Amino acid sequence: MNHSLVDVRELYKSFGHGEAKTQVLKNLDLTLQTGELSALLGPSGSGKSTLLTILGTLMQPTSGSYSMLGTDLTTASDHELTTFRNLHIGFVFQFHNLLPDFTALENVIFPTAVREGRERPSAVTRGRELLTRMGLANRIDFPSTKLSGGQKQRVAVARALMNKPELVLADEPTGNLDKESANQVMELIGQINRDEGTTFLISTHDESIATRCRRQIRVDEGRVTG
Amino acid sequence: MLYAIKIAVRYLTANKAQTSLLVFGVAVGVFIFIFMSALIGGLAEFIMARTAGDLSHVTIEAESQDPPLLIPSPAETILLVQQKDSTRTAQLSTIDAFIPIMEALPGVLATSQQITGGGFLKHGALARQVSVTGLEPDKVSAIVNLKSYLIEGSAELGTGTILIGKTLAEDMSFRLGQTVRLQADTGIDASLIVSGIFETGSGGYDRRQAYISLATARTLFAMPQGVSKVEIKLTDLYDAAATAARIEAVTGLPATPWTENAAQLLDALKAQGQTGLLLKTFALVTIIIGVASALLLSTYRRRPEIGIMRAMGTPRSFVIFVFVSQGAIIGLVGGLLGAAIGYLVLLMFPTREEFRPGNLPIDITQGAYGIAILLTTIGAIAASILPARSASRVDPVTAIGQ
Ligand SMILES: Nc1ncnc2c1ncn2[C@@H]1O[C@H](COP(=O)(O)OP(=O)(O)OP(=O)(O)O)[C@@H](O)[C@H]1O
Ligand SMILES: [Mg+2]
Repeated sequence: MNHSLVDVRELYKSFGHGEAKTQVLKNLDLTLQTGELSALLGPSGSGKSTLLTILGTLMQPTSGSYSMLGTDLTTASDHELTTFRNLHIGFVFQFHNLLPDFTALENVIFPTAVREGRERPSAVTRGRELLTRMGLANRIDFPSTKLSGGQKQRVAVARALMNKPELVLADEPTGNLDKESANQVMELIGQINRDEGTTFLISTHDESIATRCRRQIRVDEGRVTG
Repeated sequence: MLYAIKIAVRYLTANKAQTSLLVFGVAVGVFIFIFMSALIGGLAEFIMARTAGDLSHVTIEAESQDPPLLIPSPAETILLVQQKDSTRTAQLSTIDAFIPIMEALPGVLATSQQITGGGFLKHGALARQVSVTGLEPDKVSAIVNLKSYLIEGSAELGTGTILIGKTLAEDMSFRLGQTVRLQADTGIDASLIVSGIFETGSGGYDRRQAYISLATARTLFAMPQGVSKVEIKLTDLYDAAATAARIEAVTGLPATPWTENAAQLLDALKAQGQTGLLLKTFALVTIIIGVASALLLSTYRRRPEIGIMRAMGTPRSFVIFVFVSQGAIIGLVGGLLGAAIGYLVLLMFPTREEFRPGNLPIDITQGAYGIAILLTTIGAIAASILPARSASRVDPVTAIGQ
């Protein structure tokens, strides 16, 4: 094996059967190197979300191979995948990102607390640091529902980073934000990527967001076209 | 799993109105459970106290010799039955030696030697048939608690005194201290002073029963020694059959437990207990359905969140624990609340001691509070299993993708 973080070969994904069958991913190959900051581009319905979901181990491909950190993730059990996700993968979604009944800080430390069975002081400290870094020092104990859209996404980024994952998958993280908030979020992601070498894969429709990333991956007709 | 409990509590407190309503619903179910327990328990105890309480729990009675039945030979057609001699009372002549033995048996509270017979109470032109019981003077209240039923005079029996029921006294216009004449079936009669009047509330007793001292009874019924029967009171009236068997084994005397003649009463109590059980089961089932449906609704509402949790590497078991904890908390809090309400409501009813016929005989001590809380908590946990499993099976992709 080489030193790539993510290795996807001949990936197929289809939904449904017979007449209703939709072939979404067709023979897709993709490699991500550690430390990459990549944008995932493509027309609506091209399969960006589907790919991110498979990379995030939330869904299994119909066929093909997918390994990360040298671990084959297409044959692992649900329990193994759960643990793997917790330790190595962070998510930022477009909607439904935060747990509504919890504060910003509680949301951020959730991935660690759920693994450790309680909210340890060390986790609280890291959570505060991350929120401060995201420019939310004055929103640490805010109920998550009272945050603005941009603030919510920054909390989501902080949470994705909580367990120091190797890979952060973001599905249109700025799709819901105005230009200024979107830039702010992208700026922070860029900083983290530079400072900590965390690998990001960010799907977007916005070319200006894509140009902030060092690599652009285009998907069309279910495969990577460039 | 402190963290799962924290999340469970957070979920419950997030929607205070809904949770309060749910907890209150559970509490109402628990209240019904406790109220039924106290009522059925109190009722059973009350009926027992009223009936079996004044009964002899084990009775040793001399076997009256049945008159011989002359079985006709096939050739003849005459059937001859000899009339039982009613004046000759059967007697236990050798009882004295057995009394200390019986009193030493475990569970035996008291024994009472009695001479019983019939007679007429006369006053001027009036006469009433009475059942007469001769009691040992120091054991007047050993079986029937005469002392507690006394409305006039004293419950002491001396030579030449008689205790009679209220109805009888009214019928004959007897008053306390009056001298009356008692003629026994044996033909012997005696002049006795009315030293007390009782009212048991039981018609037959108050109209027909008279008590005299054992010594007076010996004279009247011509029994210089022995007694007609021995009545025995036990510490536990449910132990009567076993104790009767033991007495028979030890003494060889025919001992009959009260239960032998009280099958109807026992059946009624059993039926009553089963009705109570049924109502309590319904209360529990209602609690379980209520909790299950509320939690199921909650898992549905929280699908996106559960999806996010799963995406962040939350094990299914953790999700299950969060929802089962919610069930347990609802059950426990609802159970405690219901028990508290139940206790306070039962406090408003008269206590066992103050109880009078006509009120609901509710016994606050039989509320079964602990069992109610325990069963409710277990029931609520059971009710949460289905919602918890459904929550743990939420597919993060569809839940978040909405
Ligand atoms: N669970 C599913 N069942 C059936 N079809 C699905 C399912 N999920 C996705 N698809 C289909 O797969 C195709 C790709 O969907 P996907 O969400 O990956 O596209 P996308 O590139 O993310 O689009 P967008 O830019 O609009 O978010 C679509 O045609 C969609 O209808
Ligand atoms: Mg998409």
